[in-house]
Amino acid sequence: MGLKVLGFRGGVHPFHRKESTQDKAVERMQAPRLVYIPLQQHIGAPCEPLVKPGDRVKLGQKIGQPKGFVGAPIHASVSGVVKDIKQMPHPTMGQGIAIVLENDGKDELDESIVPRDIEALDVDELKGLIFEAGIVGMGGAAFPTHVKLSPPKDKKIDVVILNGAECEPYLTADHRLMLENPQDVVDGLKAIMKVLGVERGYIAIEDNKPDAIRTIAEATASMPGVEVVRLRTKYPQGAEKQLIYAVTGRQVPSGGLPMDVGVVVNNVGTAAAIARAIKTGIPLIERIVTVTGGGVAQPKNLSVRIGTLFKDVIDACGGLVGQPAKVVSGGPMMGIAQYTLEVPVIKGTSGILVLTKQEAETPDPGPCIRCGKCVDACPMRLMPLFISVYSLKGDYDNSEKLHAMDCIECGCCSYICPAKRPLVQSIRTAKRVITERKRRAAGAK
Amino acid sequence: MDSLIVSSSPHVYSKDTTVRIMRDVVLALLPAAAVAVYFFGVRAALIMAISVLSAVITEAVVQKLMKKPITVNDWSAAVTGLMLAFNLPPTVPLWLPVVGSIVAIALVKQAFGGLGHNFMNPALAARAILLAAWPVYMTTWAEPIHGIVNSAADAVSSATPLAILKGLEGTEAQLPPLWAIILGSTKGCLGETSDLALLLGAAYLLWRRVINWRIPFSFIGTVALLTWVLGPRGLFTGNAIYHIFSGGLILGAFFMATDYSSSPVTPKGQIIMGIGCGVITTIIRLYGGYPEGVTYSILLMNVATPLIDRFTMPRIYGEVRADV
Ligand code: SF4
Ligand code: SF4
Repeated sequence: MGLKVLGFRGGVHPFHRKESTQDKAVERMQAPRLVYIPLQQHIGAPCEPLVKPGDRVKLGQKIGQPKGFVGAPIHASVSGVVKDIKQMPHPTMGQGIAIVLENDGKDELDESIVPRDIEALDVDELKGLIFEAGIVGMGGAAFPTHVKLSPPKDKKIDVVILNGAECEPYLTADHRLMLENPQDVVDGLKAIMKVLGVERGYIAIEDNKPDAIRTIAEATASMPGVEVVRLRTKYPQGAEKQLIYAVTGRQVPSGGLPMDVGVVVNNVGTAAAIARAIKTGIPLIERIVTVTGGGVAQPKNLSVRIGTLFKDVIDACGGLVGQPAKVVSGGPMMGIAQYTLEVPVIKGTSGILVLTKQEAETPDPGPCIRCGKCVDACPMRLMPLFISVYSLKGDYDNSEKLHAMDCIECGCCSYICPAKRPLVQSIRTAKRVITERKRRAAGAK
Repeated sequence: MDSLIVSSSPHVYSKDTTVRIMRDVVLALLPAAAVAVYFFGVRAALIMAISVLSAVITEAVVQKLMKKPITVNDWSAAVTGLMLAFNLPPTVPLWLPVVGSIVAIALVKQAFGGLGHNFMNPALAARAILLAAWPVYMTTWAEPIHGIVNSAADAVSSATPLAILKGLEGTEAQLPPLWAIILGSTKGCLGETSDLALLLGAAYLLWRRVINWRIPFSFIGTVALLTWVLGPRGLFTGNAIYHIFSGGLILGAFFMATDYSSSPVTPKGQIIMGIGCGVITTIIRLYGGYPEGVTYSILLMNVATPLIDRFTMPRIYGEVRADV
């Protein structure tokens, strides 16, 4: 850990609002009576249910099997009875099928659960274990981890980066994890490096978390090839491409993936989940969620069983203060607004934000004054004002020419715009239309 | 719970708003306005008030006629009015700022679609038109007075520093001392005389990130370099310092060339804008038939702005394949 603080060009400095939870140790939330486990908690096709209503299930039992390679199994986060399999609200997809479990309160472990030793496992065993444990990216994107750890033969990976930036305002789940379970993070990194056969690992943390930097540095002191990297506190420092640039100086080519520049990035939470799945044998059935915002009575970092409804999580934090105006799954910059509190926590739920009317105010857009602030803020160096104008006019060809597809939807442009133009919102529309057109064009051939 | 707002991310916004930016610009212009009143008397205040008022009224009337929402409370018309007043000599008849404001708002701003759509700085365009139509009014300077007691400054016909520098009138011995130019106790337009007051405002705008360094610094830097190199008695004999602080350069570079609507939005484009303004200003000042070049340099670069933006799109992240 040198004195150098690494960063990237562009970005913004939103208010952190991390004070209300950053000093609060993670509490384990008692499992609720009913959990609702969506069959889709990853990018890819939804799982097939392996149980039917009336079945008894044990804690950690596999209850959903993915259909393709890009997918991750899901497991029972409580022991009890399958009540129902039904359509219900989903935090990132609007709707989805979920398996409803009635908790018997016994937390009876499934027989398949056996602790292992990272050192004793070979690469294939490790990879298989990571797949079977249902590990997905826990920073929000929920990409199945075993896929990331299986790069094609022609892609030589030489660097693994653990993302501990946690640049989203309000969120402190990763921060607490690094402070309280540094060994899990480090062991997870060890496992990932072993699977990929990589000698160089970095754990990248924003410099507004000096305690986490210190803790992780101590935990990695004796590990050869592993380095803690201090990042400038700036949003979106944790975005994959910005992170890779800050740490390695490499640019992921437009339309490409991190592995194209020899890098694999995983969230610190994902690494810890890998380590725990190996060391305890228990698959990914629980995660840390930061519950915060002006609309919740006692903001907390809670360890929550997957499938717990937002409503129950908020109740475990002393309930609501007044009428919430907006509830967001994730952080305020990239999180998704919910229309109900009856949605379950899934593997990618990093935060539950309950915003008061004041906090949630959406300003009315005015005409673009051409201040150029969105251009300066865009970490991908796009021209948000022009892409957005084309998109709003329905001229998606020109949006595409201006590299709309390279937008990482970080929201910096919308955040900074003094005229409060719906920039990322309209660029997102353009991306959707362009992707749709490409798909149709490919189908027509 | 049926009333949750569901909107797309981001869910938080910066405190920056159009109104706040415009208000900051007005605030930044206030020190120079105060100095203008101090040196040119109550008449200066009158010109500024009339100019601002007629700009705001014109905007409201035009928007009403065009059946568009009336947006005078975004302060942008007020900014244009004040900028225009800053570009007038203290001796102009009081109807002149009215005409100027109407030209600036109705013709240059609203006719092209209003805020953000005008391709030229409205105040500067109006100045140029006034100068062409009423050259005498626009180039009659007044010797500054000290204190606001004397309400109407007397028009005098002695030379301005730039005219002296150019060798048009007088000799360099007649140049007012540099400190007088920087403080503002010299002849000139209302807002351009006190560089000190303008720089104070400019520092505020930079601090508030309303403007960035790119246009003003490259503009002033280019003028400084060129006027020094292309000196009257051979290479490197020019009086760059005088050129920086005389005339409208400080006002133009920090407050006019940085006008959002009519300047580039790309980082590289902004530097090109600054250098372009600097080159044109210097050419006009040294070789043109007119002692001041700031106005025309900015207007010319304004016209080139769409082109500059098009050719200076930043190379996006990942556009070059990284070599690994
Ligand atoms: S255009 Fe896309 S990548 Fe650029 S700031 Fe906006 S949301 Fe972020
Ligand atoms: S930040 Fe907003 S107002 Fe400024 S140029 Fe971009 S879109 Fe226009």
